[in-house]
Amino acid sequence: MKKTVFLGALTAAGLTAAAASAATLDDVKARGKLICGVNTGLTGFAAPDANGVWHGFDIAICRAVAAAIFSDPDAVEFTPTTGQTRFTALASGEVDMLARNSTMTFSRDTDLKLDFVAINYYDGQGFMAPKSLGVTSAKELDGATVCIQTGTTTELNLADFFRVNNISYEPVPVENDAMAAQQYLAGACDVFTTDASGLAATRATFENPGDHVILPEIISKEPLGPAVRHGDNAWGDIVRWTYYALVAAEELGVTSANIDEMAKAPTNNPEINRLLGTEGEYGAMIGLSKDWAYQAIKAGGNYGEIFEKNIGENTPIGLARGLNAQWKDGGLQYAPPFR
Amino acid sequence: MATMTEPVSEPFHFSMLIYDRRYRSMTIQVAALIGFLLILSWLVYNTKVNLETLGKDFNFGFLWNRSGYDINQTAIPYDSNSTHFDAALVGLLNTLMVAFCGCILATLIGVLVGVLRLSKNWLTARLMAVYVEGLRNVPVVLWIIALFAILTNTTPSPNQFRGENPTASMLFNDSVAFTNRGTYIPRLVFETPALGVLIVFILSVAALIWFRSYAHKRQAATGDILPVFWIGLATLIVPSVLAFFVLGQPISLDYPALKGFNFQGGFKIENSFVALTLALSLYTGAFIAENVRAGIMAVSRGQTEAAYALGLRPGRTMNLVILPQALRIIIPPLISQWLNLTKNTSLGLAVSYMDLRSTLGGITLNQTGRELECMLLMMLVYLVLSLIISAVANVYNRSVKLKER
Repeated sequence: MKKTVFLGALTAAGLTAAAASAATLDDVKARGKLICGVNTGLTGFAAPDANGVWHGFDIAICRAVAAAIFSDPDAVEFTPTTGQTRFTALASGEVDMLARNSTMTFSRDTDLKLDFVAINYYDGQGFMAPKSLGVTSAKELDGATVCIQTGTTTELNLADFFRVNNISYEPVPVENDAMAAQQYLAGACDVFTTDASGLAATRATFENPGDHVILPEIISKEPLGPAVRHGDNAWGDIVRWTYYALVAAEELGVTSANIDEMAKAPTNNPEINRLLGTEGEYGAMIGLSKDWAYQAIKAGGNYGEIFEKNIGENTPIGLARGLNAQWKDGGLQYAPPFR
Repeated sequence: MATMTEPVSEPFHFSMLIYDRRYRSMTIQVAALIGFLLILSWLVYNTKVNLETLGKDFNFGFLWNRSGYDINQTAIPYDSNSTHFDAALVGLLNTLMVAFCGCILATLIGVLVGVLRLSKNWLTARLMAVYVEGLRNVPVVLWIIALFAILTNTTPSPNQFRGENPTASMLFNDSVAFTNRGTYIPRLVFETPALGVLIVFILSVAALIWFRSYAHKRQAATGDILPVFWIGLATLIVPSVLAFFVLGQPISLDYPALKGFNFQGGFKIENSFVALTLALSLYTGAFIAENVRAGIMAVSRGQTEAAYALGLRPGRTMNLVILPQALRIIIPPLISQWLNLTKNTSLGLAVSYMDLRSTLGGITLNQTGRELECMLLMMLVYLVLSLIISAVANVYNRSVKLKER
């Protein structure tokens, strides 16, 4: 009995690894749809609505890639992954790409054989506590019970933060944001820690978001971005430049409102023309159609539009652009030239 | 006897491997073995090639790297500076803790329910039937999550113990606190003279064992039955209690008290531990109850009637006549239930209990990306664990089974 289990595991490891080695773009085209690994449910970033249609900041990246390939933002299947299963799902070929607020780190980029192709959200780890607790700084949390998602970088940052500040804590490991929220609201932990964006998103789903504060300390750098498997560079290029197309579109003033007009005929700005395919053969260079970027931007708007629609200041989540503003507005979002 | 012929030494030819019954079974076995080895080597080779394609190597060196994460229930000293190996060890001890407590509790529940289900009292028997059918026909992971949800949502948070008019209060003279983070109970604190109490206790256990064998011999010789239970209980408790006071009360209690965010001091039992142990025991107990019932029913009614005819009361009939015979039938399936319970402890993941599955197969696997190594190691550990339990239980089984002389 034990032996068959062992063999089964080896077979699974062998077969799935075999699937991972083929050219991803060919697989995706043959399948007719993109498979995108996303969060199991984080409002604003990736969550299904009442009709089962996925929406969110990360979802928009997947839809843009699908649109760039198939000219159809709905030619994508979303596979929910937990903090524990996401990289295995990607490495094994179960998903084509990951857009799941995952932090780019050295070891994930190298040892785990992933490629983080871009950073779509510059984040940092924060703490959320009930207002009634009267805590104003994370350094006052000596002896507190902390809810923490397992298998994340935040788990390691947390241990380091408390060690460096010489204070103690008790971890309550949870599997996903939903379980974290439930434990936190039940008072099973004093504070909940994750990326500040995730805290804001989780808080927005509470009955009384005003009763909870996000503490001022940001204890880490969390550059979140889409990831692909290491080794298939052509596929990595497609995801990377689809994302940059969205960022460049915002910088160049291309929006979902005016894109049709701009794409009709070449404009005065050659970079817009190159981006939208009215000039040059840029689509062919990455193995896509001429209007790939037009389709990607049309799917959900440019980077700024996607941000405002899903997590911006006018949404319940209410995140400011901050580090994620365009470089010319003092942020870090910077698309290399389309040339 | 003329029909008996001399065995002719036929010359061997290859078709005999299939058509001759003397060789056929051998041929089939060899072919099956070769086939099995081929599949096995293909699997190993395939895994190796694919790992190489992915650019991943296969080694266990990561076990000696700094783990970097904290664990909430540690039986041995551990912090985020310890290695992944230490983390796995902490997880293994947590697994063993649930398995040990669970097996004992499940057996107690199983024997009790199994016996009561055979009770002549209609209501008791039916209630036990409802228990068995209800528990064993629902997946155990649901019971674990349900119990955990109950523990988290119905118990007060430490905050509710605070202030002038707290909405929650500690039980048993301010010594035990049930909270949604865990149960805090007083902890025993030993000072050096406590060693004396321990020695006295060990001596009284030795005295108890001697007294039991004396009582047996006496009963065999004279037929008198001594009140073994009460005298035994007194032997066990009285000298130790006397020693405790004579040596100046060297064992004290450290009570939990609300300090800062949480209760400090005392001993904390994690809710995940309670939920997991209780759910596994209740679930496995239902199966054991059926084993016990089957074992008792397998002992012929004539045994009971014969015992009654000899004048034995129902309690003694059960203890001295029925159970010893039933045990022989109960023990083999009981071992398999213990193994099930031990393996089911890996479901602790559902309530974030930090067992081997959650440390080595969860956080370590995820932070290092060594899926194959972690999974193989974990399977090996569970395999060894199960084999040990099975071996120990089989030794006991051999000692109680019917001895043919």
